[in-house]
Amino acid sequence: MNTPLRRLATLVLVMFVALMGSASWVQFVQAEDLNTDPRNARTLYREHGNARGPIVAGGEAIASSVPVDDPFGFQRTYPQGELYSSVTGFYSIANGRSQLERAANDQLTGRGDQLFFSRIRDLLTGRRPEGAAVETTILPAAQRAARDALGDQHGAVVALDPSTGKVLALVSTPGFDPNALAVHSTSEASQRYAELDAAEGNPLRSNATQERYAPGSTFKLVTAAAALESGGYAADTPVPSPVVLDLPQTSATIGNFGGSSCGGDQVTLADALRVSCNTAFANLGLTLGEDALREQAERFGFGDATLTIPTEVVESVFPADLDPPSLAQAAIGQRDVSATPLQMAMVSAGIANDGVVMRPYLVDTVRAPDLTVVSRTEPEELSTALSRASADALTQMMVGVVESGTGRSAQVPGVQVAGKTGTAETVQGEPPHAWFTAFAPADEPRVAVAVVVENGGSLGNEATGGQVAAPIARAVIEAVLAS
Amino acid sequence: MASIQPHRVRPGRGTELLLLVPALAIGVTGYVLAGIGVTDHVPGNAVGYAVGTTVLALVVHVVLRLRAPYADPVILPVVVALNGLGLAMISRLSLAYAERGRADSGFADRQLAWTAISVALAVVVLLLLRDHRTLRRYTYTAMVAALALIALPLLPVIGQTVNGARIWVRVGPVGMQPAEFAKIALAVFFAGYLVTHRDTLALAGKKVLGLQLPRARDLGPILVVWGASLLVLVGQRDLGTSLLFFGLFVAMLYLATERTSWVVIGLLLFVGGAAAAATTFGHVGARFDVWLRALDQDVYGREVGGSFQVVQGLFGMANGGLFGTGWGQGRPDLVPYAESDFIIASIGEELGLTGLLAVLLLYTVLAERGLRTAIGVRDGFGKLLAGGLSFVVAFQLFVVVGGVTRVIPLTGLTTPFLAYGGSSLVANWIIAALLLRISDEARRPVPVVRAVPTPDIGVPVAVAGRGEGTGRPVRSSARDVPDGTGPRPDDRPTEHLGGDA
Repeated sequence: MNTPLRRLATLVLVMFVALMGSASWVQFVQAEDLNTDPRNARTLYREHGNARGPIVAGGEAIASSVPVDDPFGFQRTYPQGELYSSVTGFYSIANGRSQLERAANDQLTGRGDQLFFSRIRDLLTGRRPEGAAVETTILPAAQRAARDALGDQHGAVVALDPSTGKVLALVSTPGFDPNALAVHSTSEASQRYAELDAAEGNPLRSNATQERYAPGSTFKLVTAAAALESGGYAADTPVPSPVVLDLPQTSATIGNFGGSSCGGDQVTLADALRVSCNTAFANLGLTLGEDALREQAERFGFGDATLTIPTEVVESVFPADLDPPSLAQAAIGQRDVSATPLQMAMVSAGIANDGVVMRPYLVDTVRAPDLTVVSRTEPEELSTALSRASADALTQMMVGVVESGTGRSAQVPGVQVAGKTGTAETVQGEPPHAWFTAFAPADEPRVAVAVVVENGGSLGNEATGGQVAAPIARAVIEAVLAS
Repeated sequence: MASIQPHRVRPGRGTELLLLVPALAIGVTGYVLAGIGVTDHVPGNAVGYAVGTTVLALVVHVVLRLRAPYADPVILPVVVALNGLGLAMISRLSLAYAERGRADSGFADRQLAWTAISVALAVVVLLLLRDHRTLRRYTYTAMVAALALIALPLLPVIGQTVNGARIWVRVGPVGMQPAEFAKIALAVFFAGYLVTHRDTLALAGKKVLGLQLPRARDLGPILVVWGASLLVLVGQRDLGTSLLFFGLFVAMLYLATERTSWVVIGLLLFVGGAAAAATTFGHVGARFDVWLRALDQDVYGREVGGSFQVVQGLFGMANGGLFGTGWGQGRPDLVPYAESDFIIASIGEELGLTGLLAVLLLYTVLAERGLRTAIGVRDGFGKLLAGGLSFVVAFQLFVVVGGVTRVIPLTGLTTPFLAYGGSSLVANWIIAALLLRISDEARRPVPVVRAVPTPDIGVPVAVAGRGEGTGRPVRSSARDVPDGTGPRPDDRPTEHLGGDA
């Protein structure tokens, strides 16, 4: 009976070797995949057990982890509540994370490659690992001014430093209080999340970077830039500006705002921009052609699906294969043209920065827990949208808009502001979106801003970009210039 | 028996005592570290715990010194180490549950009590059962007992259905899983029956396709028992135990007959049964889905019979990685049944692959020492019993760990010695006691036949040289002593019979 016993012993050995093999497979080979599986709650729990780094704006924490006496050990808090919700996003056990909490997670948890040595030291000294501090480019005064100016209207404000690409203000309304989602009670957090998810105006998405709007007349800046860049136009070149433009291949027409004339059958390009003449720019679009418009739009950043700041940015769209009537409407920012407020701020910033669009960024420096800088974002050129000469000409045209055109309510005493209004038709019967994009001072720009107010905000159907959005832009410009 | 090998080994009680030191240290260190890891301070009863577990282990050790001095010196330390690891992990999980306010948190003390009861019963077995061959007299009693134990949960009132399987018996506050004990009874019955009928089972019968088929009347009783147990188990929806009994049955049949045909027939029966079960019973088919496609979202998300538990176990093990999170640093409590069916995933998470492999090696040592005992023991019943019991422990571990790590479909079984559960712990300690008892027999020196000159007749007379003088009947030497020449020098009794080293 010993032979079968020996064989049985061999079988037992084989069974156990199989178990050791499978255990090694799970814990070594498959471990990486399993640990990154989105259904694996452990990753989140592990992070909650460590001190997550703060998110800082203007030297003050706008998100930080404070020790609490519960199983997780730390509670994420947002001292300013809703104000920075589109910057920080939320960090929630039950619902994951968004915006910077998501995009800068590796730095905040201390897992980023740059924090390798800091991590090794924690391991050796037995210290609980701490995440790095993420310092944003946000200028708190500008952020607050933008938020206050928007009030309870739905919309967004983006302010950029044209020469570097720093995001100075990033506001989306309605916002939300991230503290509500950071509570550790899963049921409570889930319920709040469900409420916010269903809430009107989609507060969990940032209107500034994740929502696209028809840019309306602010897109005329792109059309004007394409005209200047084509070489056939200057600021004083006369362009046809009928009261009503018959569109080819269709019975449809394009008229001006309120059915008014633009000041004659022909006006200069500068005047057409100043009074935001629809017929002139629609006609200009037809003359320049679809390709010239798209190329110009893309040089400002349209169609770039790879852009992040490092939070998510949806790409702005200039549509393809336009028939002439559609092209005419696209040239004035209607039809299927759509842009994020960030994109329109980049248009102004590019014009302000002598035609060079800087890559926008939200994270200035990352500091390890011992305050050493582990990374600093260097300004980087994204693209050259137009020549310096064209940029100068367009700047003067935009100054005219604010001085004596549709954007007069953006005037700031003692400062030359360059801007452009927009009033974007939306769905039939809905009030239009009010836009304004600007930069200042015109000769030495320090801030470029884009504002959108959904459905005319408090003015509803009567709203225009000049009335509703321009004062908000002015508030932000004043805040930046005052600091 | 034709195949008998004498051992020339020292009793090994000193070795055992030495091995008990690290074995106990593993459990106590784990207990203390788990307490620190979860609650940030040393458990208040740490000293009492250390003393208590040490006393329990020493009691068994002393009983072995007195009543089974030649018992295998490795089995007890391995069992103590596994039991200690299990207790530490269970107390760690209990603390975690308590900290998160779960109602079912007070089970660590119960398991400690069960450990004491298990040790006590193991000692009783060692004290009462002086010779394992006594059990052979109870072959058919064991059969009846096994059938009764298996059928017990089906009775009204005391039988309980837990998680779809009707395998529990509850009388008042005490619940038990009779199947755990049934496996011992079955092993005794199979050993007793097969040792009597092994020749007819092996030799009589027709040959079909090169396979020796047994005669129906030889096969009858054993097949009836097996069929009955399987039928009841399918009725109780407990696949794990069913598979375990089946494996035990086939392994012992093979041991007794040395016929590969039994393995082939067994495998055919099993594949047929599994295929039939998979198509007939929805819950069995779901298990196969979970096994093969655990990570698929549609299987994962199923409300009933989904792979949530398996995948959570995998997440836990992956979290442990190579070296583990350390005691109390992981989140094994996220896995459903982390303290019982999935304790191996908890070990993998907190002790890492390294710790898990060490635990698997402990089991390997245990099983192989048991099988070594079977090879060493001289009587056929002992061989079958030791072989069957060793295999059933090894196979149970394979079924449960294989289920967790997806070698085979998951079935509900407890991990021997580690997992929470009184029945399992008691049953496995009794198995350990039986193996220790048999190993005492196996490692006891061959009674040495000394040639005694009898001047009157001049013919040597065989006298058994037993060290103990227990008064039991003198067994004849298993080994043919060269006639009249006395023992060879290396068979000298003083070599085996000296006191403990």
